Amino acid sequence: MDYTLSVLVENHPGVLAQISGLLSGRGFNIRSIAAGETEDSTITRIIMVVAGDDRVIDQVKKQLDRLVVVIRITDLSEIPSVDRELALVKVSSTISRRAEVFQIVDVFRAKIVDIAHKSLTIEVTGVSEKVEALIEMLTPFGIKEIVRTGKISIARGEAVAEKGGESRA
Amino acid sequence: MRMPGAKMVVEALKREGVEVVFGYPGGTIMPFFDFLHREDIRMILNRHEQGAVHAADGYARASGRVGVAVSTSGPGATNLVTGIATANMDSIPLVLITGQVPVDMIGNDAFQEADIIGISRPITKHSYLVLDVEDIPRIVKEAFHIARTGRPGPVLIDLPKDVSVAEGDFTYPEEVNIRGYKPILNGNSQAIKRAMDFVRRSKKPVIYAGGGIITSEASAELTAFARKTGIPVTLTLMGLGAFPGTDPLFLGMLGMHGTVAANQAVSECDLIIAVGARFDDRVTGRVSKFATKAKVVHVDIDPVVISKNVLVDVPVVGDAREVLQEMLKLAEPLPIDSWREELMAWKRENPLTYRQDCPVIKPQYVVEKIYELTGGDAIITTEVGQNQMWAAHYFLYDHPRTFLSSGGLGTMGYGFPAAIGAQVAFPDRVVFDIAGDGSIQMKIQELATAVLNELPVNIAILNNGYLGMVRQWQEFFFDKAYAFSCLGQRPSCPRHCNNPNGECPPYVPDFVKLAEAYGAMGIRVEHPEDVEGAIREAIQSPRTVILEFLVTREENVFPMVQPGAGINEIMIG
Repeated sequence: MDYTLSVLVENHPGVLAQISGLLSGRGFNIRSIAAGETEDSTITRIIMVVAGDDRVIDQVKKQLDRLVVVIRITDLSEIPSVDRELALVKVSSTISRRAEVFQIVDVFRAKIVDIAHKSLTIEVTGVSEKVEALIEMLTPFGIKEIVRTGKISIARGEAVAEKGGESRA
Repeated sequence: MRMPGAKMVVEALKREGVEVVFGYPGGTIMPFFDFLHREDIRMILNRHEQGAVHAADGYARASGRVGVAVSTSGPGATNLVTGIATANMDSIPLVLITGQVPVDMIGNDAFQEADIIGISRPITKHSYLVLDVEDIPRIVKEAFHIARTGRPGPVLIDLPKDVSVAEGDFTYPEEVNIRGYKPILNGNSQAIKRAMDFVRRSKKPVIYAGGGIITSEASAELTAFARKTGIPVTLTLMGLGAFPGTDPLFLGMLGMHGTVAANQAVSECDLIIAVGARFDDRVTGRVSKFATKAKVVHVDIDPVVISKNVLVDVPVVGDAREVLQEMLKLAEPLPIDSWREELMAWKRENPLTYRQDCPVIKPQYVVEKIYELTGGDAIITTEVGQNQMWAAHYFLYDHPRTFLSSGGLGTMGYGFPAAIGAQVAFPDRVVFDIAGDGSIQMKIQELATAVLNELPVNIAILNNGYLGMVRQWQEFFFDKAYAFSCLGQRPSCPRHCNNPNGECPPYVPDFVKLAEAYGAMGIRVEHPEDVEGAIREAIQSPRTVILEFLVTREENVFPMVQPGAGINEIMIG
């Protein structure tokens, strides 16, 4: 199963390398990782999706928490959350098939963000399953390139990740 | 007060009460050494940076204080790596200070540049690259705090040369406040109560304790708890000395080379009380066969080790000493006489033993004699392999911080520099490095350090002409093919020789001449009847001494549990 962790870390150079190095060095499997500054500029939030069972995730959380640069870990798999991913998909498309692509893009409420004689670039936002579904629908046209951000998540309602969910191990 | 960065580091070391630094100078770290040598801090000039970090580690293990090692950038820094990894695996508090090329040269492949922060990241508890001279007081303060608190470990400070000569204001902080670092010390009282419920209900309990007891200075509490409840104790290699080796309740070390009594106890018990130990693979053997009848209470300051290898029924996160104090308050004598009798019978019937069946010196005999002639009052360091196991088996450690050994990483070459560090911490104590002829050669150049600093370290080389533990495994698991484990092999030898005999070419080096070349005393001992006299001479001598014992070449370490087997499946030789 996939687990989504929201990890608050010190906004220092090398912190992302430290986190990804720890996870790879210990043989954990990261599906995606997305990092960005938070409302506090000294803190970076990393949203990571990690594959494994309960025991693996327990170790991931404890190992991360042991790092001095890690301030707090919230397991978003344990609380209701809004999840989003953004993808840019470049597909082959000659003039004759453009209309078909437009229709699919419309159904998925995606956007055409770039157009050329032989290609179209589509921007899609949504849960990972939606992004997957769109990519599948576009595959027959010939996908030239895909760029995905990885999942970002935020707790629903009043809860904020720093206070809800996981207590410090 | 305004001063250069390098001077700030020295000032900060003084504030931390550092009395000795181990190190080696070089281009980028010269400003630091320039200020250091004007101060009243002792500096031990090792002969290799790895020697410096192991010596700092030995100093830390023997004294309980933070060890400090300093090197230059590039090769100086990379030479620290094995020592840092050694300390990290065994949770030893060190502060490492490395020179670095100037900030605007970083990343340029400058002369003697290495990304030591990147290289050392997985083997340090934390590290700092200093970019602003004003940060130095806070960084040094934090480094010492992080190194010695929680589960201790090495912390590295990388100091670019331009930062070390830039001037800044030195104000040493009173307190440390790191938002991502708040170790939990006192165990949750509900968890402790629950742990004690398990203890009370158990009919066949065993205490399994490790290096965490030594780190947290909890030996008195552990001993009191075991004696009050009457629960027998087994220790890990790292834990030796945490509980008196001569106490009747002591079962010996457990694991791959553990005693029959200890391994049987863990296999048959209904409760393991693990304190300051981490269920390492050398302890558990095959995990699926480990302690299958037991519930597990696990006390450790590091949540990571709880339920990592073995599932735990009652986890207690906290400092071993504080938790044991609480457990002791709830402890009462347990009605487990028959279980204890059973264990004592196993212990009685399966002592650690060897056969004195030839006129050649037995390595175990040498260790036994060192124990006897020092009255057990010595600091023992070890190298890695057979020497390490015999030092663990045949010397009984009654006090913590007297057995210093690279347990986790298993670093050959650790013992001698560690002995130097221990002797620096305790100039008046007897210090022995129990070494193999292979391991000692990995850091032999530290003889100069020991001799020039007038350190009366004794090195007992158990010379069997082999990488003994490798040879032992080859004998058991590789059809006795001694591939590259014979240290005397020359082109004139039979290619597949596995028959050491009188025809073997002379051994290299001549350790006695080597000792003399360095100004140390060298004694070669070839007969069992000369062992005692030589050890006495070494103990009495104020000089650095190499004792070379020519021991039986194919002696094996027993008991032994084969890799992959359960720890109750014991080969006893």
